[in-house]
Amino acid sequence: MVGTAPLRVLLGKVGLDGHDRGIKLVARALRDAGMEVVYTGLHQTPEQVVNTAIQEDVNAIGLSLLSGAHNYLLPRVIELLKQKGAEDIIVFGGGIIPDADVSGLKAAGVRHIFGPGTPMAGIVDFLKGLRP
Amino acid sequence: MHERKERFTSLSGLPVERVYTNDDLKQWSPEKDLGEPGAFPYTRGIHPTMYRGRPWTMRQFAGFGSAEDTNKRFKYLLQHGQTGLSVAFDMPTLMGLDADHAQARGEVGYCGVTISSLEDMERLFDGIPLDRVTTSMTINGPAAVIFAMYLTMAERRGIAFDKLGGTLQNDILKEYIAQKEWLFPPEPHLRLIVDTLGYCTQHVPKWHPISISGYHIREAGSTAVQELAFTLYDGLTYVEAALKAGLNVDSFAPQLSFFFNVHNDFFEEIAKFRAARRLWAREMERRFHPKDPRSLQMRCHAQTAGCSLTAQQPMNNVVRTTLQALAAILGGTQSLHTNSMDETLALPTEVAVKLALRSQQIIAHESEVTNTVDPLGGSYYVESLTTRLEEEAQALFRRLDTLGGMVKAIEQGFPQREILEASLRYQREVERKERIIVGVNEYVEPESTAIPTLKIGAEVEKDQVDRLSSLRLRRDSFRMAGMLEALQEAAAGDENLMPYLLDSVKADATLGEICAALKEVFGTYKEPVVI
Repeated sequence: MVGTAPLRVLLGKVGLDGHDRGIKLVARALRDAGMEVVYTGLHQTPEQVVNTAIQEDVNAIGLSLLSGAHNYLLPRVIELLKQKGAEDIIVFGGGIIPDADVSGLKAAGVRHIFGPGTPMAGIVDFLKGLRP
Repeated sequence: MHERKERFTSLSGLPVERVYTNDDLKQWSPEKDLGEPGAFPYTRGIHPTMYRGRPWTMRQFAGFGSAEDTNKRFKYLLQHGQTGLSVAFDMPTLMGLDADHAQARGEVGYCGVTISSLEDMERLFDGIPLDRVTTSMTINGPAAVIFAMYLTMAERRGIAFDKLGGTLQNDILKEYIAQKEWLFPPEPHLRLIVDTLGYCTQHVPKWHPISISGYHIREAGSTAVQELAFTLYDGLTYVEAALKAGLNVDSFAPQLSFFFNVHNDFFEEIAKFRAARRLWAREMERRFHPKDPRSLQMRCHAQTAGCSLTAQQPMNNVVRTTLQALAAILGGTQSLHTNSMDETLALPTEVAVKLALRSQQIIAHESEVTNTVDPLGGSYYVESLTTRLEEEAQALFRRLDTLGGMVKAIEQGFPQREILEASLRYQREVERKERIIVGVNEYVEPESTAIPTLKIGAEVEKDQVDRLSSLRLRRDSFRMAGMLEALQEAAAGDENLMPYLLDSVKADATLGEICAALKEVFGTYKEPVVI
């Protein structure tokens, strides 16, 4: 990564659930791996997430949901990114997301879903792999 | 002598010795620290006979989809031998938003049942005898409004309030600390809690108006010590707030209830329940001098640790949950929820939830552990751990005291930061394989075992939105607006708000409308971000 700026990653809780244990662990792991993390905090709407991501010029958006609302909220974020011409920003997700929903989310443009028990190194490697 | 590790520690990081002997109990006195079951300091349990008299209440937390969907699940659970109900609400309801609010999109009916109006509440409990079944309602921010709906429903069915039994979670401090579902700043929330306490002492004497909860603190990553300390300190904070509002300690303290997590470290968890009862009794006695011994008794509900379940090899979760359930029972809980094996993937299916209930029934009827009270009392190890947990919790009490109490500590991010650090430690231990989680970092199988999960249909949200718009057309909007105005005026003063909430609910004001009206008076809250 010599000579390149560190990866900038927006992490956020989209929707209404307040379970932020996982996202905070991810935030620490990404920072420890030298990435710049913008944490939005709780209860974000898809509009807020997308606006922050564009303002902060991030490479990727990581969203955590444990409420079951992923099938609406994650595709909505992708749709808004497209509307704003920011579809180059990668979106990934994590939380309580049944396997059966993953293929639909990927078809909608979510790059990857990290389920419970994912080692932090897996997420770090995924993000590092975004750079050629 | 060779041992597997240099240092053995409990799940919370407390040192564990090779063997415990009489030497470890030198300071310990059976008279002072143990006592009889049903007697101060209640280490052995709050009842003299415990499960010889009556087993714990088997209370499975349930709720999803529409009020009708959940009503059907309630009847299913009662039919299979469950002895109490426990309602899970969806996220919009928990945040005081109606199903047709913009922020509710995609969330209606997903992680609980959607309740926006009195009519929804009536459908939820259709055909369920409110005077014979006790109901626990897990809701905090808008708890007083949901309680007003429950009371109004009972009144319309002709059931006297003094026949109603159940629990309202209504614990806002742990929301700021861990679960993060609040509507207003801490002070108005504390006032609403004191209002429900005051109202119950006068009108609903058998109800538990608050369930002071460590469950969510633990799920957020805390240690057993932090769970114990923060929860009991929250409890003391509520008692102080009620006393400040002029309530007599013995008028409400016997109705306080607690709710703990029960995690993987078997003996540490048993000790936690025992330490919690002893510490509560001692602190209540020392700080508030109640006259009624029931004011010193810590009664509690327990739930097995959701965060201990794994998405990998999900059937293993049945075994984890059974061990945790046994710890809660050996710890002397009054009621218990056992998680279903599929809950790291989705809300539980009927098959999974029945197996979780059966696990409790097998412990209750087949293991014979219920035949004697506090069977581990006097164990060198369990007594040492009980004392250690009590001392560690007291040390955290002193830190909270110096920070100026729990509300100030929360505003400074103290409990949040402590929990985050503990959660990071745990994650590191798992990643370094210092703690083995079967199926996650050892005994891993390449493919996950697919099990069926519960699906919530998109029609739930649409139907609920349609119902709400029909209600808004049918009701007397003029009367409703008048009630909300009266509520706001009262909220600006210092009267008990319960009668105003009951009037608003009776006029068919929705949950979202009532909460929005209160937000105009009370304001909102933004947390200090700890990361």
